[in-house]
Amino acid sequence: MNIYGVLAIYRFEMARTKRTILQSIVSPVISTSLYFIVFGSAIGSQITEIDGVSYGSFIVPGLIMLMLLTQSISNASFSIYFPKFVGTIYELLSAPVSYFEIVLGYVGAAATKSVMLGLIILVTASFFVPLEIAHPFWMLAFLVLTAVTFSLFGFIIGIWADNFEKLQLVPLLVVTPLAFLGGSFYSISMLPPLWQKISLLNPVLYLVSGFRWSFFESQDVAVGISLGMILLFLAICIGITWWIFKTGYQLKN
Amino acid sequence: MSNLISISGLSKTYEPDFQALKNVDLDIREGEILALLGPNGAGKTTLISIICGIVNATGGTVTVAGFDNVTDYKKTRELIGLVPQELTTDSFETVTATLNFSRGLFGKPRNPEVVETVLKSLTLWDKRDDMIMTLSGGMKRRVLIAKALSHEPRILFLDEPTAGVDVELRKEMWTVVNELRADGVTVILTTHYIEEAEAIADRVAVINQGEIIVVEEKDELMRKLGKKQLSFELATPLVIVPAALADYGLDLSNDGWKLTYTYDINAERKGITALMADLVNAGIRYRDMETQQSSLEEIFVSLVKEAS
Repeated sequence: MNIYGVLAIYRFEMARTKRTILQSIVSPVISTSLYFIVFGSAIGSQITEIDGVSYGSFIVPGLIMLMLLTQSISNASFSIYFPKFVGTIYELLSAPVSYFEIVLGYVGAAATKSVMLGLIILVTASFFVPLEIAHPFWMLAFLVLTAVTFSLFGFIIGIWADNFEKLQLVPLLVVTPLAFLGGSFYSISMLPPLWQKISLLNPVLYLVSGFRWSFFESQDVAVGISLGMILLFLAICIGITWWIFKTGYQLKN
Repeated sequence: MSNLISISGLSKTYEPDFQALKNVDLDIREGEILALLGPNGAGKTTLISIICGIVNATGGTVTVAGFDNVTDYKKTRELIGLVPQELTTDSFETVTATLNFSRGLFGKPRNPEVVETVLKSLTLWDKRDDMIMTLSGGMKRRVLIAKALSHEPRILFLDEPTAGVDVELRKEMWTVVNELRADGVTVILTTHYIEEAEAIADRVAVINQGEIIVVEEKDELMRKLGKKQLSFELATPLVIVPAALADYGLDLSNDGWKLTYTYDINAERKGITALMADLVNAGIRYRDMETQQSSLEEIFVSLVKEAS
């Protein structure tokens, strides 16, 4: 195991976060605060409680998930796309680091940032709405698992993308709609029966539901299924990453 | 000298059907400076990229210090430093930070002394805290070399190290390469500047259209393929070469003032003495004479022309 190699990548990426602190940390915190002001306080005060939870509190897990998904993907995809774009990837490819070590460094750093961000948003939220976490361990577990899974997903997008448009395509056209329609801001029980069924095809629903359960013990789908879905998605991402490195797809040809 | 790198039957085909390398065999000896010469698109960078692991080969094998570069890639890559052709740097990093990164990536713990030594040898020490984007092109080139040397490699690949570099800096680079050789580092460089190979290489490999057409000690190559010319500056101009001298294949300059004789360096009888006697017999008088040996550049051009 090339520990120094993994650490080098990890430190490099974390240093990049420090340099871009405004973009990495401050801007998600500001946009989350805006959500709370608009949905939590202004509109939320007109909405009745959902499963015994005030609307302002209800949207906290969904909002954290929304940020977690988009930030994990954008951090990880950019971190591997940029070296490809400017050409510094030559060094990574010629270094004695295994694919596993490369992924560990990049995805580890992206996931670390996302988890930190999730926790910062959680703290920010606690200034706006009363919050209690029923299952802190599971809350953290969902947070970390989702961060890792979607950082890996972002890593795959970063390798697949050969221009900036593609880099934005999946997050913008797929992930954001799925995140909004995955029950971040509502419970699917509010939907007509047909749309409830259609919503079950949305993978993000399971993440939000499981995460929300760890806060309020209210859920759209059973928490076991949520956990199973996220592990399944993680396995798929690991599989694709393995294939990418095995074939050298977009990297070595 | 033993072989440090052995390349055998190496080929690479890029999709859809561009054959960049065709069955290349090449041995690189420990401690030597090998110049890889070839025109644009000859396959130089592809060859280097495969050895370093950046590009997958279509066929053939590469061993470095006895290790296969695919199955034992960690062992082979630790030994190699690579300076790419393009000026690709992390613009927002400082010089020291980027060296620390490179050293870590190649599996070495942080070592400020090594980094300091490398930076000083490339006269980058004063710039160590500068952001790379603020450096000039020549300085960035040095940073790339410093990065490649930061993990103390035994082998250094320089892909066109002096492209776009001014003469002074080029000479400095040559000094650096010579110092590396003195430390026992094996250096492989690709270059357009044949003058460069002539100045610093021990051996020369000429590659053209994906094939190695010659690998030879530089001196040997110049001796073998080099031609020598003897020119006479005449006392009075000639209109044509006298028939008595036809056997020598002499070349008369347009103005008629210069007569040139081309001969093979390796020939047992070069015919110089006889020619000088025959010139006197033909009543041709000359004021001065000079000899000229063909440069590596001329040899290279004729080799590539021959091959294609």
